[in-house]
Amino acid sequence: MELILFKDRSVPDLKDIDVYIGRGGYQSLDKGLRLLKPDEIIDIVKRSGLRGRGGAGFPTGAKWDFIPKGKGIRKYLCCNADESEPGSFKDRELMEFNPHLLIEGIILASYAIGAAVSYIYIRGELVYAFRILEKAIREAYKRGLLGKDIRSSGFDLDVFIHRGAGAYICGEETALIESLEGKRGMPRVKPPFPAFYGLYGKPTMVNNVETLCNIPYVVTNGHERFASQGRPRNTGTKIYCMSGDINNPGNYELPLGIPLRHLIYDVAGGIRNGRALKAVIPGGASAAMLTPDQVDILMDFDSLAAAGSMLGTAGVIVMDETRCMVKVALTLSRFFFHESCGKCTPCREGTFWMHEILKKLEAGAGKDEDVDLLLDVANNIGGRTICALADGAIAPVISSIRHFGEDYRLHVKEAGCPYDRIMARA
Amino acid sequence: MREDTLKMDFAFSEEAKREIKEIMGHYPEKRSALIPLLHLAQKENGYLSEPVMRHVAEVLDLTPIQVYEVATFYSMFHLKPVGKYLIQVCHNLSCSLMGADSLIDYLKEKLGIDIGETTPDNMFTIKTVECLASCGTAPVMQVNDDYHENLTKEKVDALIERLRSN
Repeated sequence: MELILFKDRSVPDLKDIDVYIGRGGYQSLDKGLRLLKPDEIIDIVKRSGLRGRGGAGFPTGAKWDFIPKGKGIRKYLCCNADESEPGSFKDRELMEFNPHLLIEGIILASYAIGAAVSYIYIRGELVYAFRILEKAIREAYKRGLLGKDIRSSGFDLDVFIHRGAGAYICGEETALIESLEGKRGMPRVKPPFPAFYGLYGKPTMVNNVETLCNIPYVVTNGHERFASQGRPRNTGTKIYCMSGDINNPGNYELPLGIPLRHLIYDVAGGIRNGRALKAVIPGGASAAMLTPDQVDILMDFDSLAAAGSMLGTAGVIVMDETRCMVKVALTLSRFFFHESCGKCTPCREGTFWMHEILKKLEAGAGKDEDVDLLLDVANNIGGRTICALADGAIAPVISSIRHFGEDYRLHVKEAGCPYDRIMARA
Repeated sequence: MREDTLKMDFAFSEEAKREIKEIMGHYPEKRSALIPLLHLAQKENGYLSEPVMRHVAEVLDLTPIQVYEVATFYSMFHLKPVGKYLIQVCHNLSCSLMGADSLIDYLKEKLGIDIGETTPDNMFTIKTVECLASCGTAPVMQVNDDYHENLTKEKVDALIERLRSN
């Protein structure tokens, strides 16, 4: 396979502009800004099949094509660097070790959609990545890679970093825009979509860090070479974030569509402490759990969607046989309750009640009817809100009940967590 | 809001004023500078008191409620003082699988405070936070700006020792 994002991962000081340029960095601009028209870049990205790496998996080129054409309109590109999905830690690594790759991708994307200003909306907590990006942007301005008439192409671009302040919801693109406007990060009703009415009411493109980091490769090497990796409709590579009960946690770049089994047992070294696998969340907290008999599934957008889960950010969280799935659902329900912005009643109330019921069940004070009530709440908030947070919140609840109903029944029957007892004895 | 905080005045330092001028240049609308200015104000004042929020409102031509509603929405903004070192321990799934809960108990016991509290000498505040995007190096905590990863009780001991002697 050919690495696209982690190609120079072992190169020391890659974040230094001279080192980056020495490795062939910023070369895509010569082709992109001088030989290709914006529409031609959009066309290459469309044909490459690249799908958004922030979770939704929407085709990037098609999304860019929604932006109204023409020079008279002010347009914006926002880089979504608000990585907050539990299980995901890829964008942070990309920004920390290779900030110029992101800037190069931002330049090409801005040129393609006709944006003269781009904002990087970075998670407030990521202070280290923020400082690295800040320095990288300063260096890029000094070298004439940002600002006026980039590489004598006639294209002007300013890039500014905007720090968030702690809110998972700001990873949702319209909440990100609201936050960037200085408001509470609450998602907007769509339509209108940001491509028509986004930041300050202007056409706006919001793209994830990993998505943008793929663009220089696509422009330099063409759509065919990009699409030669992965599977049909699921092209290219993906950074898989491996965490939980595995021997070798970390980020791994591999083609889309590799078997989950290979990821867990070969790439990440298998389950810790010689234990057996119990459950896997394949795409971050919002993705439904899978069971050991599903590990031959292919890790791509379509295969996981067909199995009722999703690739999401490819944050793979592995859990071994000693893990209590009621506790896991409780932990994730607390997260979603904490992060619900409160705009939509089903989500604001539903995430609260799911958390309350799960607390009761885990504490051993629940009854069988509480599991039915939990499912009832979950089924009644899904699909009834402005954004996808509520759908994410119900995924771990519904999938844990579906696959691990026995864990719930045992909590009711034994009036407590059976796993706590087992672990206390061990 | 307590009366004593109402009486206190707040003004940005000269250095911050220069930074504010630069920040304002990033946006076509002033209001976009609100979160950056709250970060700056919190850095200078330690937390966002009512006088601080009123001052930020004045600088940006906003109403106080426009500032307050944002300050209360985002988890990184503190409406009351925190210790010199704010310890934020992640207790989301990957960290909890790797022992975050016992680490939190250990920290509470070691510092003699509960979650959300500050030690009497104003050195440490403990908070639990949701995912810090560091799941591959769990368990993790953030102390002020810095991440501390792959934590063990020994690492926590060494860190607290070092911070205490600072």
